[in-house]
Amino acid sequence: MLKLQGIAVSPGVTIGEALVLDSEGFRIPRRFVERSAVDTELARLAHAIAATAREMERNRDAIRAELGEQYAAIFEAHLAMLHDEKLQRELQAAVRDRNWWPEYAVSRTLRRYAKVFQSLDNHISQRAHDIYDIEKSLLRNLLGQRRETLAAISQPVIVLAHNLTPSETATLDRRFVQGFATELGGPGSHTAIVAEGLEIPAVVGVGPFLADVSGGEPVILDGNQGLVILQPDEETIARYRQELEAARTVAAQLKEIRDLPAETTDGVRIQLTGNIEFPSEAEQCLARGCDGIGLYRTEFLYLASRTEPTEDDHYAAYAEVVQAMAGRPVVIRTLDLGADKMHARLNIEEERNPCLGLRSIRLSLRQLPMFRTQLRAILRASALGDVRVMFPLISTIVELRQARMVLADVMEDLAEHGIAFNRKMPVGMMVETPAAVMMLDTFIKEVDFVSIGTNDLIQYTLAVDRGNKDVADLYNACDPAVLRLLRRSLDVAREAGVPANVCGQMSGSVMYTQLLLGLGLRQLSVPPSAIPEVKQACRSVSVAECRLIAEKALAMDGAREVKAYLRDQLRRRLAQAVA
Amino acid sequence: MSGADTVGVQTLTREVVVANSQGLHARPADMLAREARKWQSRIELVDGSQRVDGKSILDVLTLAAEAGRRLVVEATGPDAREAIEAIGGLFERKFNEHGTEQTS
Repeated sequence: MLKLQGIAVSPGVTIGEALVLDSEGFRIPRRFVERSAVDTELARLAHAIAATAREMERNRDAIRAELGEQYAAIFEAHLAMLHDEKLQRELQAAVRDRNWWPEYAVSRTLRRYAKVFQSLDNHISQRAHDIYDIEKSLLRNLLGQRRETLAAISQPVIVLAHNLTPSETATLDRRFVQGFATELGGPGSHTAIVAEGLEIPAVVGVGPFLADVSGGEPVILDGNQGLVILQPDEETIARYRQELEAARTVAAQLKEIRDLPAETTDGVRIQLTGNIEFPSEAEQCLARGCDGIGLYRTEFLYLASRTEPTEDDHYAAYAEVVQAMAGRPVVIRTLDLGADKMHARLNIEEERNPCLGLRSIRLSLRQLPMFRTQLRAILRASALGDVRVMFPLISTIVELRQARMVLADVMEDLAEHGIAFNRKMPVGMMVETPAAVMMLDTFIKEVDFVSIGTNDLIQYTLAVDRGNKDVADLYNACDPAVLRLLRRSLDVAREAGVPANVCGQMSGSVMYTQLLLGLGLRQLSVPPSAIPEVKQACRSVSVAECRLIAEKALAMDGAREVKAYLRDQLRRRLAQAVA
Repeated sequence: MSGADTVGVQTLTREVVVANSQGLHARPADMLAREARKWQSRIELVDGSQRVDGKSILDVLTLAAEAGRRLVVEATGPDAREAIEAIGGLFERKFNEHGTEQTS
């Protein structure tokens, strides 16, 4: 059993068979052969060995004729290794006595030899390459025409690869992929994004390990702890099976409340919407019973390709979501990226503080053609359903007015060309800077709704870079400063009769549900996977109780105190629910 | 030395030195294994605690014997004597490293 530590990028646990993707895309689908088929498989193995030997002889002769004996020597060596009696005996025993499928036998056995060579510390370790070469040739002759593409997977597998390219993930049959593990990659990598979107476990950055695993082998993928366990022992398998069972039970329970509204015990209806990044996530939100999309992040459109997305690229994505939501509101946020992600394209100098620099609405206002393209697409989509637009990182009234002016201008343009759109499309802003909170009473008169982006609000308020692990413990959603800003924002919005929601990570964490409801929040926008949990949380509390909890929390001096208090309250509520 | 229990089965040993500049790499390992397979006897190469099958090129390679290494060739069987001679000869001739042919 080999336990490997990588970076956990998508949670969950899965136990299954490995599908190893090497550079030639080889897959070994099965491990065991039926006893009755052993003779046939032995014959197939012998056949493949003979075919491989013939290939090698042909290569040897060709090279010998062209370049002489010395160069042919390598093929002689390969032939000698292929015909090695010990190897032959082992391969046959693997098929006959252990009932391994020939492909699996070849891969396992040869890789074991390769490892032995790799562990030698003189030049003979190079022979490992020869072993891999022989393995490849044998596999090619064994799999023959049956080497299938990724798209043709027909049984559940866990995909193990050096790295997964966008095109490979695009061709995977999502019904059968249980999880991914790759040698390369980090938290923001493509593999991570896709796995999250598919809601399957994924571990990246494991480092070299493909040499230690053969296709068809049992593997446990622990996406919670970032572990890849090769050839797990009985005990480990049993333990993980238990975990899986427990997770399934919870999931089943949450499914039950899918069609129920997020209504508190004292009858207050909470709007529960989803945060999405890809059009496909809209389905996931619907599957869990949501009231709409509270935040559609549009950055992926800009990051997914090297050139700027066209108006039609934007429109296609927005239309897909709006149509999927069938009349439920969809809030589309305009570009929220920094120049640091875009400077290569936009010819902007590198910034020292991208967080505080030319990003989001500032960037859009300086790159008007790009901004207008996005707004045009959003407006066109507004003809298809309840679409609302939201501007990120607004910190001055001038910015807001300029953005609205551009929007009005684009509207005129569309009207002139007779293109349909909703002239009354609601316009909102994100409240994510202290400035926005302090001046909210001014802003609120000029927007139709606000969304509090707690991720950035916390960062700017506490002056902590949440990506910096040295100060990560200072980044606290329940810091009293943040709570006061939240309360003020919600109070201002309520007085003005303008809807407000929270769309940062805080809203998706059930630890904060009671607090947020108690502060007056009646709309929460959360990642699709959090919808069931948060709905459950809303349904098991009363607003009256929540108000008391919020008051108490606001009276505390420090984040730690607040956190401990909220955790305790959560525990109590859960205990009550079970009772 | 002759084994007292089994009729006609002897185990003979001979110490050899790897004299090739590149040690016991693919080509000499191949020659060694081929030669060993000509004989009935079991042939093993011993290097301290490591013991490998002389008829398997893969096994011989895993010895990773570099130039100057001393090994013991062990042959067990009816033609042990002839086998040892032949294999010992290979080592002496440095496995024809530079194409030097010698009549044995």
